[in-house]
Amino acid sequence: MDDWLIAIIKVVCIWVWVLLIAVVMTWVERRGAALIQDRPGPNRAGPWGLFQPLADGIKLFTKEEIIPTKAQKFLYIMGPLLFSLPAFSAYAVVPFGDKIILGGKEIILQVSDVNIGFLYILAIGSMGVYGVILGGWGSTNKYSVLGGLRSTAQMVSYEVPLGLALLAIVFVYGTFSLRDISLAQQGTFLGFLPNWGIFKQPLGFILFIVAAYAEANRVPFDLPEAESEIVSGYHTEYGSMRLGLYLFGEYVNLVTISGIIVALYFGSWHMPYIDLGAYLGPISWGVVSFCIFFLKVSFFLWLFVWVRWTLPRFRYDQIMGLGWRGLIPLALFNIFITALFIQLTV
Amino acid sequence: MNQNPTPQTGHDTGDYVTVNIGPSHPAMHGTLRVVALTDGESLKKVDPEIGYLHRGVEKLGESLTYHQFIPITDRLNYCSAIPNNVSYEMAVEKLMGIEVPEKAQLIRVIMMELARIADHQVCIGILGVDLGAFTPFFYLIIQREEIYEIFEWFNGARLTNTFGRIGGVDADLPDDFDERWEELKPNVRKANEETEKLLTHNRIWMDRTIGVSAFSAEDALNWGFTGPCLRACGVKRDLRIDEPYCMYDKFKFEVPVGKNGDVFDRYIVRMIEMEESIKIIDQAYKLYKEMPADAPLMARVPKVIKPPAGEVYSALESPNGELGFFVKSDGSANPYRIRIRPPCYMIYQAFPELVEGELIADLVACLSSLNVIAGELDR
Repeated sequence: MDDWLIAIIKVVCIWVWVLLIAVVMTWVERRGAALIQDRPGPNRAGPWGLFQPLADGIKLFTKEEIIPTKAQKFLYIMGPLLFSLPAFSAYAVVPFGDKIILGGKEIILQVSDVNIGFLYILAIGSMGVYGVILGGWGSTNKYSVLGGLRSTAQMVSYEVPLGLALLAIVFVYGTFSLRDISLAQQGTFLGFLPNWGIFKQPLGFILFIVAAYAEANRVPFDLPEAESEIVSGYHTEYGSMRLGLYLFGEYVNLVTISGIIVALYFGSWHMPYIDLGAYLGPISWGVVSFCIFFLKVSFFLWLFVWVRWTLPRFRYDQIMGLGWRGLIPLALFNIFITALFIQLTV
Repeated sequence: MNQNPTPQTGHDTGDYVTVNIGPSHPAMHGTLRVVALTDGESLKKVDPEIGYLHRGVEKLGESLTYHQFIPITDRLNYCSAIPNNVSYEMAVEKLMGIEVPEKAQLIRVIMMELARIADHQVCIGILGVDLGAFTPFFYLIIQREEIYEIFEWFNGARLTNTFGRIGGVDADLPDDFDERWEELKPNVRKANEETEKLLTHNRIWMDRTIGVSAFSAEDALNWGFTGPCLRACGVKRDLRIDEPYCMYDKFKFEVPVGKNGDVFDRYIVRMIEMEESIKIIDQAYKLYKEMPADAPLMARVPKVIKPPAGEVYSALESPNGELGFFVKSDGSANPYRIRIRPPCYMIYQAFPELVEGELIADLVACLSSLNVIAGELDR
């Protein structure tokens, strides 16, 4: 009974937390853009415009829901749902801290430590593309179809280097579980480097982050919603909260991706060189490890914003070329090198 | 069977899909419309349609007096109204044989070059936005606002300046132009530098622009290209040097030319032109300061303008290219006929030639780099 309760509390807490970060992210995105672009940004609603997301939420919720006459109703309605559901579920296997001991019970700060965490992420992550395709197709709008097609090609193509980059990580750590990988990143190797994924898989990290940006449809890979070319692509015809689900799902995706990057490549909840867990009590360590993890995630969330307002957009053929001719051979090479290294040293 | 029939919306033929782009579309500046026959992402045939912003400007001129037409010319290329005004005024002055005082000419040069900077800033900023790079737009547009401040403080209007009168200018440069300009100049340069840092050597930007919608010098001349788009193709033609007006022969400045005539070259040519414009303004202001304070700003012009019967064509180098006015007079107070030669009209004709066979994303890039302004195109 206790286990069930704990599980439910964890699910609810994480759900609310991810939601909250995503909400704040919409604010960070705009204020960050304004900071980069030398303008004030939204600063009317609340202190520093902090209530802007709230105002947006109210606006999106209260707007009239319009279904275009020619839209294919079922697909049109399913689109945003299929997009946002996987976005919310993917975080389930990503840790957000070490563990906390309450009342003699050890609670892992992770919704579920499944031993096939990677496969779950890949499987759920690729579900999101259906939402985009169905939304684009169901809208019966040529721009939307183009956006849907672009995203299909892009997300399917970039899933390959993403998976291959993750495979190399599995080689290194010998496990599919994100918690086990996180635990393995404590301490140092070669005497001075933190035992982090990025130092063991530098090429793999670059491949992963590029592919992840493409998976999240972020600049410079935002072709599916290229505003100046195909007028927001797959969500051209969407309004009210259905549009909100698309936009929101995107930010939730960013949180998940940042969480995965931190858990795999940036030492999860570990500080470099210092093992804080040895000095702190069980409860305070739980809190501190959560904070460390969150700080790292925040950096990557900011990186998404930073990149978005700095780079131009790729063209369709260039994005395909980069994926198939650049990333996939590199990812295969990375796997080969990793395997060779492991074979020779172990 | 015709493989590439004229695209029509609602008639998707076989393997191809027609996509209607515009007249209201974020990348169709103003109200342009393009109907494209696409094969997936690539453009098989492109059919531009113009006239959505047609206001009958030329016909309107026939029922207005010569002075009343000046505000109408503001509405041609609304990104830089001053060269439009001056071009029209020059045409009427040529028809009447009026010699404009040197001081007025210098004021015109200073204002026109400021307008050129503003126009190029908008063009490059929008080009960035259309290619997904949002940030340079703001760096440039903030400085354009400052230029508009100068316009506003000169005669009260920011966008539709109605600058000058037939025979000269209505007002002198205010006393603190010096301070304003010295303050503005480094900021404009800095914005340009930052834009260059973000774009010029950016790999994605280079991939997106180099070789896109390239045009040979011969084709460009045959299609009647002028201005930065022609110079990007490698033809060194600039009316400011080739057919000097407004004392342009007294200034030293470079005319940048490109090589391939692609989007990148058009971008670079505009970037360099802004810097050259700054140099021209500096030189013009130096000459201006040497003039006596009470030098005339207006030639002796009759109260009611009645040019002798005859016709005249006069053109200047507007930011977009050769902007010409043909004015025919029958001796009355209204022009008999006014015909405008906008640079965009000639350039936009070649649009299908430029983009057919490229991708949809290139269509957007090409259009922004041509800087087609609907007000000037449709008139």
